[in-house]
Amino acid sequence: MNASSAFPIQLGLWLIPLLPFAGFLLNGILGCRLPRWMVTVIGLLAPLGSLLIVFNATLVAASHPGITVCKGCAYQVPSYLPNVENLGHWLAVGSLHIDFSLVFDQLSLVMLLVVTGVGFLIHVYSVGYMHSDPGYARFFSYLNLFLFFMTTLVLAGNILLMFVGWEGVGLASYLLIAFWFEKPTAAAAGKKAFVVNRIGDFGFLIAIFLILAQFGTLTFSEIAAKLAANPTFTGGVLTVICLCLLFGAAGKSAQLPLYVWLPDAMEGPTPVSALIHAATMVTAGVYMIARTHFLFDRSPAALSTVAIVGAATAIFAATIGLVQNDIKRVLAYSTISQLGYMFLACGVAAYSAAIFHLVTHAFFKALLFLCAGSVIHALGGEQDMRKMGGLRTKIPITFWTMTIAVFTIAGFPPLAAFFSKDSILYAAFLQGSGGIVLWFVGLFTALLTALYMFRLWYMTFFGESRTPDAHPHESPWSMRAPLIILALLSICGGWIGIERFAAFLAPSTGALPWAAAANPRLEIALVAFAVACAIVGWRIAHVFYLRKPERAAQLAASVPLGYDLLANKFYIDELYNSVIVKPLFVVSRYILGWVVDAAILGGLAWLLAGIANLSGMVLQRWQSGNLRSYAAWLAAAAAAVLLFVLLAGSSHGWSLTLFHPEPILKLSRISIAHLGQASH
Amino acid sequence: MSFLQQDVPLSWYLILSAILFSLGVIGFLIKRNLITVFMSIELMLNAVNLSFVTFARQWNEVRGQIFVFFVMMVAAAEAAVGLAIIIAVFRARSTLAVDRINLMKL
Repeated sequence: MNASSAFPIQLGLWLIPLLPFAGFLLNGILGCRLPRWMVTVIGLLAPLGSLLIVFNATLVAASHPGITVCKGCAYQVPSYLPNVENLGHWLAVGSLHIDFSLVFDQLSLVMLLVVTGVGFLIHVYSVGYMHSDPGYARFFSYLNLFLFFMTTLVLAGNILLMFVGWEGVGLASYLLIAFWFEKPTAAAAGKKAFVVNRIGDFGFLIAIFLILAQFGTLTFSEIAAKLAANPTFTGGVLTVICLCLLFGAAGKSAQLPLYVWLPDAMEGPTPVSALIHAATMVTAGVYMIARTHFLFDRSPAALSTVAIVGAATAIFAATIGLVQNDIKRVLAYSTISQLGYMFLACGVAAYSAAIFHLVTHAFFKALLFLCAGSVIHALGGEQDMRKMGGLRTKIPITFWTMTIAVFTIAGFPPLAAFFSKDSILYAAFLQGSGGIVLWFVGLFTALLTALYMFRLWYMTFFGESRTPDAHPHESPWSMRAPLIILALLSICGGWIGIERFAAFLAPSTGALPWAAAANPRLEIALVAFAVACAIVGWRIAHVFYLRKPERAAQLAASVPLGYDLLANKFYIDELYNSVIVKPLFVVSRYILGWVVDAAILGGLAWLLAGIANLSGMVLQRWQSGNLRSYAAWLAAAAAAVLLFVLLAGSSHGWSLTLFHPEPILKLSRISIAHLGQASH
Repeated sequence: MSFLQQDVPLSWYLILSAILFSLGVIGFLIKRNLITVFMSIELMLNAVNLSFVTFARQWNEVRGQIFVFFVMMVAAAEAAVGLAIIIAVFRARSTLAVDRINLMKL
């Protein structure tokens, strides 16, 4: 921990968030007056600059002499990490000091590479995708704003700064979902995302307060040190803290029961779905759990809750994804499902496996979304897969990159997700009897994942074209280049291997649970199961959606109840609507609106206004404008004062009568003395 | 030198002053003719002057006398300006009734 002070290396971490912020200000304020090429240059240079700084920091880290972290493993990590950059004091309340501190350690290094790397590629893609949009500059300023908050979130050295980034990405997400705010559904989707995220943030806030009350500090390293100094401190309030953190993470990462906003968030432009609602922002919950893993490690109850939430979300979203027809919604449910995998990994304390899957997922899911965007672009805005088909030869680059992405997410070796997903399943399997249930759920989800992804693949690219009047065209190079780069990353992203990756991350996220006792034979058996599941899913999709497309409809018709349930997403939106939203509306409209606002507050306001009005009507008679009446009032008032002085004086014992002039003389003597003093 | 050695007691002067002041106030309030109102104001000023002089004499203080000179000077200036205004008003409105000079009224 203290190694950083011995190696004062200036990495310029503060520039990583600040460059996109500068881009946001420039494009946000001047964007509509600048020529389009300049907006593009500003919008692209900001993330590129951040990316280069991250690369530089990574190279510095890699070139530094390493130290061995875990006993028995051969891998080394750079000895100077974490590098802490303190930008100054923020708050000092009593004994609480909060700084603008940025922490660059293994975890934030990996996350920053993903955020700025994938972020930059998606910025490039947006140049092509949004080229004819009137809000071009606004779009880039929002994207830069998002990167600013996301890098703040990742680099934050204390929970409060992380919360700033956390809220900020929520704001950027809202702005970008509702980017086409003229469309009522987009505006509503943005609002929904914002409100649901606030519900989760409530849990996060409570967790922050509890941590503050319990530890007296919000700095991650200090909390970890206090916990390390007290090894018997488990459960109890820590469980409550972790459950509140989980609630916050579930809101941001679209887990049960707060996942409902993510499918609707697909109303935003597709690059936004790729960047924010697939690759980076929605993984903030996973990142947060990995960042606070020392708390979760002390609470087995909270950990198993995380695992159960993750597994349940994974299978739940995958089943819904099976029957969706909107290409982006399928990918949205797939994202929720994959995030469930990451939570499952966190829940079995395999945080590095979760981060590993986070990284590979960022590659292949961003690729999937960008390919979907390319398809939508090619078809002039069509998102319904039932109206696609036969696009394989018309947009070959999109097809091939999409194919790589589909095979990756399905878990075929040696593509990226094969390694990350199997490390999660392996970690779950090793968790004892409950872990085997989790493993089985994960395995079944893998089958479903393969099924719905190949369904999407077949419906989009194979068969006959179902839109005869459309003339699909391949996207411009600014869109194709990110696709190809992401496809390469999706292929190679997993080759580093979980062992090496976990050893690298170990100083930030702890060692893998099986680091001491790995069982290669068991691992290979589990891998075989997973690959078999992927192949089964592929073959089922092949039969249902390519060879005999009518079979899918027959199956759906044979179990109408089940199909309706899935097609309507388990009626969760309707349930929330009738259980939470409608009663809230009733309470707002009738109790708060009519009784409190209109009757009580409104009545009070009317009463005050009436009193003022009435008194004005009486008092205005005084303002006659007649000078003599004013003079009369003046004289009357003077007489009244004189009378009062006379009466009050007699009651106080000093008689003030004209015929016994002593008091008057006394008074006048005093006043003359005063005059004399004043004149000197 | 005490007031007891004087022929006229102090209170008499003060009572006279109060009566003159009250007459001025009443005249100001009830008379309608602008010139009479103006003279009432002068009467009030002079009532105050009388009490000033009385106390100055009583306490051997010259400042009270000086104050009276100031008041007389202001009254003279006021008379000059006020009479000029009254003449201007009479030329404009052909009346000196206070109640009818009410153009500025709300």
